[in-house]
Amino acid sequence: MLKNLGIAAAVLGGLWAFYTGYRWLWMTTGWTRPFLVDDLTMPPLHEVVQRLWEPAATEQPALVRVLLEKAAFTAKEAFVGFALGAVIGFAIGVVFHFSGLMRRGFLPFVVGSQTVPILAIAPMVVIWLGGKGLPVWVPVAVIAAFLTFFPVAINTLRGLDSADPRKLELMRSLAASPWTTLWRVKFPSALPYLFSAFRVSATASVVGAIIGELPSSIQDGLGGAILNFAQYYSLDPSALWATNVVAAALGIAFFLTVVLVEKLVVRRAPEHVA
Amino acid sequence: MTAHAAAVSIRQVSKTFGQGGTTALTGIDLEVQPGEFISLIGPSGCGKSTLLRVIGDLTEPTSGEALVGGKSAHQARLDRDYGMVFQEATLMDWRTIRKNVSLPLEMMGWDRVRRQERVRELLQLVELSGFEDHHPWQLSGGMQQRVAIARALSFSPSLMLMDEPFGALDEMTRDRMNIELLRIWEATRATVVFVTHSIAEAVFLSSRIVVMSARPGRVQRIVDVDLTYPRTNETREDPRFFELATEVRELLRESHGARETV
Repeated sequence: MLKNLGIAAAVLGGLWAFYTGYRWLWMTTGWTRPFLVDDLTMPPLHEVVQRLWEPAATEQPALVRVLLEKAAFTAKEAFVGFALGAVIGFAIGVVFHFSGLMRRGFLPFVVGSQTVPILAIAPMVVIWLGGKGLPVWVPVAVIAAFLTFFPVAINTLRGLDSADPRKLELMRSLAASPWTTLWRVKFPSALPYLFSAFRVSATASVVGAIIGELPSSIQDGLGGAILNFAQYYSLDPSALWATNVVAAALGIAFFLTVVLVEKLVVRRAPEHVA
Repeated sequence: MTAHAAAVSIRQVSKTFGQGGTTALTGIDLEVQPGEFISLIGPSGCGKSTLLRVIGDLTEPTSGEALVGGKSAHQARLDRDYGMVFQEATLMDWRTIRKNVSLPLEMMGWDRVRRQERVRELLQLVELSGFEDHHPWQLSGGMQQRVAIARALSFSPSLMLMDEPFGALDEMTRDRMNIELLRIWEATRATVVFVTHSIAEAVFLSSRIVVMSARPGRVQRIVDVDLTYPRTNETREDPRFFELATEVRELLRESHGARETV
């Protein structure tokens, strides 16, 4: 874990150096391809970091404080969306595992659901669920769940199907019910598959939450902040960059949480550890 | 069901795979008395594993029937009348040894205290006390197989079905496991149906050896093993042991030759 952190820090340093070097080279030579480099298109990274400690707007607290509050709001949407999507995806995977008919009938639609752009669905969800006395962020969580359920459904199915036939035969010899076999053999066998889905879904839920905020004009989250700073980009490019950094950090935090939980939950023979 | 019901009774069992496909078994008749140790031996493709799976109701015969303790094999499976041990230990690697052994007991609704007590007894029986909290991958192949045997014995079934349980082990480990298995068998008095393709193993363990021949699988001869129990390492040096092993070997060679001339 520590070693991984060290590697990540080294890569971050490398990327920082690359960005700064690229910037310096293009600006001193005056190259304009593929695009002109100046403080507007590529603000210096130290300024982006500095910007975090400056007021978000006049008479406001530091940008980092504002962004962290917004990140917490988006995190709530993303987490609820992730949980909702995971439960729904798991249920779909279980149903598909047990019913070939359901699998053949509905799998194409589940796949198809993911080809619909999320931006096209978001406004509908906001209209369907808005003004029902629910908190404003609920439709956003549902949009996040729409992105999350898919990898979980597919990997649940694959994971349950992957159970060792010899273990299933053992369960049969013990006259186990389908339910017992599901929980005692198939589900534990599917856990590694589930967690790779959770890794994908964790980051997707953050993206879903940010995008979901756009059509619902929610100002409390990172999506609102991105929209807002995008409008003032020509005046204050570092603010948008800083917001993106926070959004990325949120996604990474979700991802790492899943990895951590996986380490605690999934026990495998050493040779099976990825 | 009578008090004298055979432990296993196979009547005219045939098994064909696929439609008009290969005939794995044809017209098998076999009676196993309670407390017997029966080995099924034969070349690959003789259907010995299939026959074991028919007894365990893991596959259905195409015709004929298998009775276990006077009941249909299906009912016997539902009643958990037998414990099964496969060639691979087939342990759940996410469970500790304790929880692997107690898996059938959990399914049967035993409470935790009784389970713990039973696991302690069983691990003592298979000489793995102290490994309760290990995971399967921390154990050698022979130890894993002993865990599988403990699991199969956990609910005290009257019948043990063993499908080449020591086939993946080296010869020295296998010899030791054979002695241990006889000790366990004598302690539990369960009936054992044991599939193997080791002649020495079959002679050493069994009270009777069912020699099968291949294509189609059928019973060629049943050999009575008149070596006295308990058997020890000396048994392997007994002249009678060699005579019996030779007899089985010649029967197998005959069946092999018969196949070659077909």
